[in-house]
Amino acid sequence: MALISQHKEEAIIDWLSHGLPLVSRPYQAIAAQLELTEQQILAVIQNLQQQQKIKRFGVIVHHRKLGYKANGMVVWDIADNQVERLGQCMGRFDYVTLCYQRPRRLPTWQYNLFTMIHGQSRQAVIENTQKMIKACQLEAVNYEILFSKQCFKQRGAQYQRRTNQNTQNTPEFLNVKVAMP
Amino acid sequence: MTHTALEFSDLEKHLLNDYQQNLAPSITPYADMAARYQVSEKTILNSLQHLQQIGVISRIGAVFKANTIGVSTLAAMAVEPSKLKFIADIVSTYQAVNHNYEREHAYNLWFVLTATDQTELEQIISDIEQKTGYSILNLPMIKDYYINLGFKLKWH
Repeated sequence: MALISQHKEEAIIDWLSHGLPLVSRPYQAIAAQLELTEQQILAVIQNLQQQQKIKRFGVIVHHRKLGYKANGMVVWDIADNQVERLGQCMGRFDYVTLCYQRPRRLPTWQYNLFTMIHGQSRQAVIENTQKMIKACQLEAVNYEILFSKQCFKQRGAQYQRRTNQNTQNTPEFLNVKVAMP
Repeated sequence: MTHTALEFSDLEKHLLNDYQQNLAPSITPYADMAARYQVSEKTILNSLQHLQQIGVISRIGAVFKANTIGVSTLAAMAVEPSKLKFIADIVSTYQAVNHNYEREHAYNLWFVLTATDQTELEQIISDIEQKTGYSILNLPMIKDYYINLGFKLKWH
């Protein structure tokens, strides 16, 4: 199969981020627009999956609408030689949707493991954090829960396209739904 | 308005739980779902449309891993509460900023930055620091420990 252009691949990424139409053959319209076949669109998606660029592809749910109203970014100061083991332990709970190791920035920022913990309420987030502490034996670990307050901006990631194919040379943007970095 | 399990049919519960990870590579994915649950394709499409309309489903689509399409990072600032809104609004003006939240901590402004490459990202960080007069805590992801079991929805 011939490789498709980067510009077309970017268009497919933008389209996947926006969402498939709810019609019997969802890939038909984008295929026609890009002068490709539906099978070629599917092949691009599978290729992206094989390259491990896709975190999730399917029914994307709104957690807040399903009752998980509260969330807290819980940050932990884990000994370097324990991060692997404890990260694995913490990353498997229902109410955790993110479990990332990040660098410490001493002396001001000592925490190196970040978990997003959800709950029906603020109190439930605190209780879920306590459950995780017991389950992973984190009683001696320093941690803080950073609840969110005001939202100043919330939208999908937007990158300036490198493969600008329009003739006016005005910047073109690629909208991508990226998981929290 | 949040929705409790009482409001969802068995089919809707399946659609919300069973397809969060991977849609099968088929040119008729909804017909495939219909075959699996022994209903018509029209029923599947109507159910998904309804769930989307009430805001429970965002879309049928993809979420990309951080740092695979361009580069991204989590950034934080410690701003005096009286200046927070003013500084937050400056940060929000950047096209590279897509999430910008206040959090309860001395580091009270948290935002996500995306760029096409590392050089551009560092340039934007430097620019924001200069414009606001505050230094940025740059906290890129080193490793992801999340074990993706899907967001299991509990029906009580």
